[in-house]
Amino acid sequence: MDIDKDLVAASATPLVLAILNEGENYGYAIIKRVSELSGGELQWTDGMLYPLLHRLERHGYVESFWGKSETGRQRKYYRLTRTGAEQLDRQRRQWQVVDKTMKGILSLAVDPVGEPI
Amino acid sequence: MSKPTLEERIGQWRDYLQKRPAVRTADIDELEDHLRSQIEALRQAGLDEDEAFLVAVKRLGDLDAISREFAIEYSERLWKQLVVISGSPTSPLSSQRDTTLAVGLAIASAVAIKIPSLFGYHLSGPASDLAFYLPNLSLFVLPFLAIFFGLKRGLRQLDRWFWLAIPFIAAGLLVNLMPFKAGGQTQVLTAIHLPIALWLMLCYAYAGGQWRSHEQRMNYVRFSGEWFIYYTLIALGGAVLMGLTLFIFQAIGLNVEQAIIEWVLPCGAMGAVIIAAWLVEYKQSVIENIAPVLTWIFTPLFTALLLIFVVVMILTGNAIQIEREVLIGFDLLLVLVLGLLLYSISARDPQQPPGRFDWVQLLLVVSALLVDVLALWAMAARISEFGFSPNKTAALGLNLLLLVNLAWSALLYGRFLAGRIPFRRLERWQTAYLPVFAAWAWLMVAILPVIFNYR
Repeated sequence: MDIDKDLVAASATPLVLAILNEGENYGYAIIKRVSELSGGELQWTDGMLYPLLHRLERHGYVESFWGKSETGRQRKYYRLTRTGAEQLDRQRRQWQVVDKTMKGILSLAVDPVGEPI
Repeated sequence: MSKPTLEERIGQWRDYLQKRPAVRTADIDELEDHLRSQIEALRQAGLDEDEAFLVAVKRLGDLDAISREFAIEYSERLWKQLVVISGSPTSPLSSQRDTTLAVGLAIASAVAIKIPSLFGYHLSGPASDLAFYLPNLSLFVLPFLAIFFGLKRGLRQLDRWFWLAIPFIAAGLLVNLMPFKAGGQTQVLTAIHLPIALWLMLCYAYAGGQWRSHEQRMNYVRFSGEWFIYYTLIALGGAVLMGLTLFIFQAIGLNVEQAIIEWVLPCGAMGAVIIAAWLVEYKQSVIENIAPVLTWIFTPLFTALLLIFVVVMILTGNAIQIEREVLIGFDLLLVLVLGLLLYSISARDPQQPPGRFDWVQLLLVVSALLVDVLALWAMAARISEFGFSPNKTAALGLNLLLLVNLAWSALLYGRFLAGRIPFRRLERWQTAYLPVFAAWAWLMVAILPVIFNYR
């Protein structure tokens, strides 16, 4: 399924923060986790994750450090900060409101064939 | 030809990203780790190296879009490159060395200007030795600038350093041994022309000895314009600094005017010459040149001014009044027009076909020539009446020099606009003419005083 670009962009921040809430991680693995969580339905342009991670770092939601990969390559890891955890909490509550509202109205909506969605 | 290996392909991919000013090396490292992880995963899924690379690059997305995102996130990187010395686009080590060198030489020239005061030459006060300082001023700083370029361009051969030193030694001997009448016309003319003469000699060091190359000469012209702008900006900042210093010390009842005139002003003015040069060198590839931008703004304005002037002169029938300063004023006008022409040439892509701006440029040169010829006409009578003085000779000579340059430039420009000759010819003419200015400046320094018996 093609998901609207704006929707992907809006959900990216809470998604990344939530994944980092599971523990420190690096870019490629975050992408894999997103794909895993969405059953492959949510596809990102991989490269766009990095400017986002850097933005989150600038806001102080995550911090980064250089480590090594299994094969000994330089790898940049990210972990959630306390501010980031608070932000995640805020975002979670916002999404719950959106989610509840959407569920309420969309269950009343009827697709053209006449069956409830 | 064999197919590029994976490492080569990743190298090319890195090079491509490296060109983006908003993307730092560390960011590329991070993206490369991603790319390699992706390639490894795809290889395990059974793709061959080529396929894995192509798919991984495609998944990573459009590099232009990514670097655009980085640019939005790090807009300051596009601006700050000049200030952030570490992680510069070139190798950080060499820029570190240049910085040390520039600061060292700036301090050296600041010290140099103070050395004569140890021997009783006063910079200020009633018994000031301005007759010593003014002609020698450029000799306190330009040799250090020559050393800066010499070291930066890696002048190795001793004979090149020797050639570099000759003009400075000659100038030092000339201005101090010639029996000038203190404050006379010839001494003032020497003091004015010596910095220009030496500055043009610096082209040798700037070009690393390749002063015959037209490209290097054009680069030196570009450098000079940018240097002038940087120096002006530093001077403005310095003036604010000195004003504030005076003010705050006055608030606690201390007058530091003397300290500023004796120390801050001369040392700052000397050191800033080197620092401005270093800044221009450093930011060369990073920021758009400013001189052409100013040219672009002022060429139409000056063209309009000159055209209006000519029209008003014709309508009112007022001839140009011949006062003492008029000739110098018209010299300055021609210098300015030449500057506008030179910097628009220096920034123009020679491959581009003639455009509207070229016509404005030609109009500017032609109208300046017209105004100048009118001024010369009015002047000719006066000079034949009263004879030559050093000032008149210098002003008239410079005027003729500029007139020849601009007249030929106008001719070449016209032929370029008619599609007869390539733009390069115009560029060549200007760079070929530079030695004429150098020769003239040296003539003013070394020969004119002798002709007029040092008066």
